[in-house]
Amino acid sequence: MNILSEYISFMLERQDQILSLTGQHIYLTFTAVFLAILFAVPLGIAITRFEKVAGIVVGIANAVQALPSLALLGFLIPIMGIGSKPSVVMIFLYSLLPIIKNTYTGLTNVDRAILEAGKGMGMTNWQLMRMVQLPLALPVIMTGVRISAVTAVGLTTIAALIGAGGLGQLIYRGISMVNNKMIITGAVPAMVLTLIVDYLLNILERAVTPKGIKKK
Amino acid sequence: MILFENVTKKYGDTEVLRGIDLEMRRGEITILIGPSGCGKTTTLKMINKLTEPTGGKIFIEGRDIGELDPIELRRNIGYVIQQIGLFPHMTVGENIELVPFLKKWPKEKRVKRVRELLELVGMPEAEFMDRYPSELSGGQQQRVGVARALASDPEIVLMDEPFSALDPITREQLQEELFNLQQELHKTIVFVTHDIDEALKLGDRICIMRDGQILQFDVPEVLLKSPAHGFVEEFIGKKRLLSSPELMTAEDVMIKDPVKAHPKRTLAQAVEIMRSHGVDSVLIVDEDNKLFGIATARDISERFDEKKYLEEIYTKDVIHVPPDESLSKVLKIMAEKKIGYIPVVDEEGVLVGLITRSSLINVLGENYF
Repeated sequence: MNILSEYISFMLERQDQILSLTGQHIYLTFTAVFLAILFAVPLGIAITRFEKVAGIVVGIANAVQALPSLALLGFLIPIMGIGSKPSVVMIFLYSLLPIIKNTYTGLTNVDRAILEAGKGMGMTNWQLMRMVQLPLALPVIMTGVRISAVTAVGLTTIAALIGAGGLGQLIYRGISMVNNKMIITGAVPAMVLTLIVDYLLNILERAVTPKGIKKK
Repeated sequence: MILFENVTKKYGDTEVLRGIDLEMRRGEITILIGPSGCGKTTTLKMINKLTEPTGGKIFIEGRDIGELDPIELRRNIGYVIQQIGLFPHMTVGENIELVPFLKKWPKEKRVKRVRELLELVGMPEAEFMDRYPSELSGGQQQRVGVARALASDPEIVLMDEPFSALDPITREQLQEELFNLQQELHKTIVFVTHDIDEALKLGDRICIMRDGQILQFDVPEVLLKSPAHGFVEEFIGKKRLLSSPELMTAEDVMIKDPVKAHPKRTLAQAVEIMRSHGVDSVLIVDEDNKLFGIATARDISERFDEKKYLEEIYTKDVIHVPPDESLSKVLKIMAEKKIGYIPVVDEEGVLVGLITRSSLINVLGENYF
């Protein structure tokens, strides 16, 4: 009981700092994931038209994903310096794979019979994409976005390493000062943020699922 | 009218179609049938350019479709596929109005058309228009599939095994409904199936294919009566004729060498002929086998005189039928005239056979038991 109240008062003292760092955290995450969606969804659509390129693109995204995040940051510093810019790029790169992969899978998994029917009725490729494939793939694409966003919230804590700010700042300070309260003060809001993002995107995912294919 | 002229299709070295010549008539159901890999679906998909021919030409109403825009062409041809292929995220109404939507019909006209079509396929609009495909049974889904294909009132409708994924009872219902619909609409329908029963039930003309070639293309009656190829016969099933009495003719049920006698024979001889063959009547023919009449045992016994000749007593003007008279007509005549036998005579008056009650029983018995 004592520890908990101690912790709460510790947190309340730093209320403003926590709020502003959370704001930063959200900003970094949101910017990176938003850019990733803008880039990865069209790319995922494009590679459904060029089956041969699809493997290469997914392979590259996979390789980026496999690269340790610290190392990636290391590579980015000489090019982009420190601060929020390289951080956003790092989070962006990590967010690509789930979105590209889910977009591609979502679109290519649309029942071939449906596509054949659409084509046979005289829909153009673009109409098929816009009116049939995208609406049907949207839930799968949204799952990719959710995975990316949840990962990104966690990743953003590392951004503090190169001075981008965010909740990671509290965690690093806590580590260097060997202050557990400080670490927790950074970790708990980051955790809550992750859960909220997951929850909200889950709702969004359900909202974009076309009525006719919703499971009852 | 759809015309195929020496159409070939190759995938690499594999020849899927080996020079098809085919004419599908306007307002008829043309069935393409054959074992899998025979090229029937390829042939169908060439009509709406989902598949391009390697060689040859296809004309619709005299226009070479090679020169037509595929999108425009497809919007004017109805298309129904086996897997139904309704858009699961669209309501029944939205599915049906798709082609009119693509053709930019105004909203009111589209809605009106959807209502008409739902009624046409027997699905109350109030109940079904806003439902989703997943809420419908397979049979209802394919009814919507058919309605969707008819939406912009196309002259031609392509159907690729539309009923084969349905359970047998539903399949039969939909076949029946399609048949009735066609009596009303007179579309040019090209229908692919592997089910010969379905083909015979629906087809105005049936094209039997194998290995990328047409083995026979004709009306069902001709295919059944005179299959042009051993495979066709095998495919149709030898027994089928027997299960369709409506297709049997006098020729199929007659005795080919009935007991006959020349009019110059005496009654005593006639009696002997009948006795030795175990029959109670004899057909009177001349040396050229021309039928004059018939003499029954009763005719003879009533006016028996050893010295009399058959020509003095036989019944002239017997009721007879041509060899291609349908069995049902023959049975009708026999019932109406209360006669137990009918001679079969060709157009030159030559006797070719005799139908009696026992010959009928023999033929039908062979076929049914």
